[in-house]
Amino acid sequence: MPEENVRESEHQAQPPQARRGIGRREVLKGLASVPVLGLFVYGLLKKRSLDESRRAQILSELGLGEAPAVLPKTTGKKAGELIRLGIIGFGGRGEDLIRAAGFAHPDWVEQKRRDAEKNKLDKWLEDWLKQEDLNIALTAVCDVFDVRAERGLAASKNEVRPGGTGAPLAGAKRYRHYQELLASKDVDAVIIATPDHWHAQMAIDAAQAGKHVYLEKCMTRTEEEVYRLHEAVTRSGIVFQLGHQNRQQATHAKAREIVQKGILGPITLVETTTNRNSPGGAWVYDIHKDGSPQTIDWEQFQGPAPHKVPFSLERFFRWRCWFDYGTGLSGDLLSHEYDAVNQILDLVIPHSAVASGGIYFYKDGRDVPDVFHVVFEYPERNLTLIYSATLASNRNRGKVFMGHDAAMEVGGVLTVTPDYESTRFKKKIEDGVIDPSLPLFTYHPGAKGIDAVTSASEQYFASRGLLYTYREGKRVDVSHLHIKEWLDCIRNGGQPSCNIERGFEEAITCHMATKSYLEGRKVLWDPVKQRIV
Amino acid sequence: MTSQTSPSEKVTCSGWQLGALVALRMLIGWHFLYEGLAKLLNPYWSSSGYLLEAKGFLSGFCTSIVANPTALRLVDWLNIYGLIAIGLGLIVGCLTRPAAIAGAVLLLLYYLCNPPFVGFKYSSPTEGSYLIVNKNLVELCALVVLALFPTGRIVGLDRLLFGPPRIVDPQHA
Repeated sequence: MPEENVRESEHQAQPPQARRGIGRREVLKGLASVPVLGLFVYGLLKKRSLDESRRAQILSELGLGEAPAVLPKTTGKKAGELIRLGIIGFGGRGEDLIRAAGFAHPDWVEQKRRDAEKNKLDKWLEDWLKQEDLNIALTAVCDVFDVRAERGLAASKNEVRPGGTGAPLAGAKRYRHYQELLASKDVDAVIIATPDHWHAQMAIDAAQAGKHVYLEKCMTRTEEEVYRLHEAVTRSGIVFQLGHQNRQQATHAKAREIVQKGILGPITLVETTTNRNSPGGAWVYDIHKDGSPQTIDWEQFQGPAPHKVPFSLERFFRWRCWFDYGTGLSGDLLSHEYDAVNQILDLVIPHSAVASGGIYFYKDGRDVPDVFHVVFEYPERNLTLIYSATLASNRNRGKVFMGHDAAMEVGGVLTVTPDYESTRFKKKIEDGVIDPSLPLFTYHPGAKGIDAVTSASEQYFASRGLLYTYREGKRVDVSHLHIKEWLDCIRNGGQPSCNIERGFEEAITCHMATKSYLEGRKVLWDPVKQRIV
Repeated sequence: MTSQTSPSEKVTCSGWQLGALVALRMLIGWHFLYEGLAKLLNPYWSSSGYLLEAKGFLSGFCTSIVANPTALRLVDWLNIYGLIAIGLGLIVGCLTRPAAIAGAVLLLLYYLCNPPFVGFKYSSPTEGSYLIVNKNLVELCALVVLALFPTGRIVGLDRLLFGPPRIVDPQHA
């Protein structure tokens, strides 16, 4: 309907040409809606003022700003100080770590290029190429499986890398035995990413050879190895970093700040979990078609394993399923959860551990449980830490810190929710300043960023804070940051965040859980004798 | 609102009908203006979450916007200032018809990005239950009505800018 047809009665008898100028009545009608705008502005200012005042009251009550988490400082590289790196164990995790250090296999680059073409949100390659150049050379690769060793060599020569100039790289030399690698004068520092049963011996040998060590978790396979490794590292003076990359997670630093400010009140219970529901998640990895006694040095692989068995592709590729080589859910995944809680609460070693579980779903010949729970008691801290895991359900359960005044859930995002019966917030809840049905505080470092998480397993790791974090709004691989921290300490001194002392606490705690499960009893930590009893 | 019983009869609009139309215009304007200002004042707001949720034929287009930081910034900017400009226009009755049309187009885009069609599921919770018709669609239709029955030249700045509406006798139109 044309505009001209909407009319008001007073103008029906007054042709527009008869009107002269703009009368008072015209102005009033023209501006009739302006008071509504005034009302809007008044309402807006009042709402803003109330919101700001509520926020300021809450933040002042919490003593907390919205500033980013206070992250551990690492110093920049000194020019020209190249660090020559060796890798022992170029399996899945070894390849991840070397990529985080700046060297990717060409196949990965190609795959990620294709992924980015298919899905414009996939920024893995773009983010990786923007990663800081750590000023290192990958000079040595050692793996008992020829295919993986070759992959390592190819990665070391790939000039497509962060800070890459396109100039050909010298590349690494392959060593068939790790001791030959450690004896090399071309290696300053090593990353050890082998199965757990080799961790202690290799790290001890590396420390004795004066090589700095980045060691994957679990730090050792047995309790006895913990003491030997601790002594070797502390005596040698090398820089040691345990591979708990989630220590670089911005939400963990913020969580620590929140706990230290007492916002949660007395914390009596911490619950951490692992849930997975896929063969890959349960360590049933693919068996490589080229795996054979001719391509795998089986004797060297078995090494310090307590039970020697004939060549087994299944045991080689799925070693996490056997206590001979790994530590099951305890050292594999509880390890990450415990270390995160230790980082946030300074828990150290528990007073006692009681574990239970069983092989309830993956009856595939493994001897490590696929359902596993452990209760750690910290009577001096008036706190219990519970870990509970299943490999046959994906139900998401957060890492939750339960305090009298508020509960905090920590992962890639951090949320603090007030308790409606809190003592600290009682008055504010009564006054309506704090609404106990809403989060008190949410910290999402990458809120403006885009999470291009593509697979279920990536989603799992990302939700636990194990894949990436944010620095100044940019997504960064936490493994890259963890390796960088280690390298910075090698160059400039100082101790990395997951040094041998934190590693000692992690390994003893995990072994307490394993021992309790295997022996079917409650185990205790004797702080005087420094032994599990 | 109009009585149009035969082609020869004049179209008339009572004070109540006019008042209802102006009220509708101002309420929608208020809603748009506050939506725009709330986004402007929230440093963490981005349209990326909404665009990533897109379903239907616009989903690919929405995803490509999110994948391009410049495009995303532009869309965020257009959203914020588009909502503010439309809201202001509707409240004070300035360029009422273009504002109503622009608002309807914007709502149509919102509707097509996240249509409440059978089989489409969204991870972000909605504040109601919908089947094909949602609040965006209802508000869109209301803006179409306002575009067809613009009131800014009767009550609003358009009256000062363009003068009151011309009188048309349908018998001679």
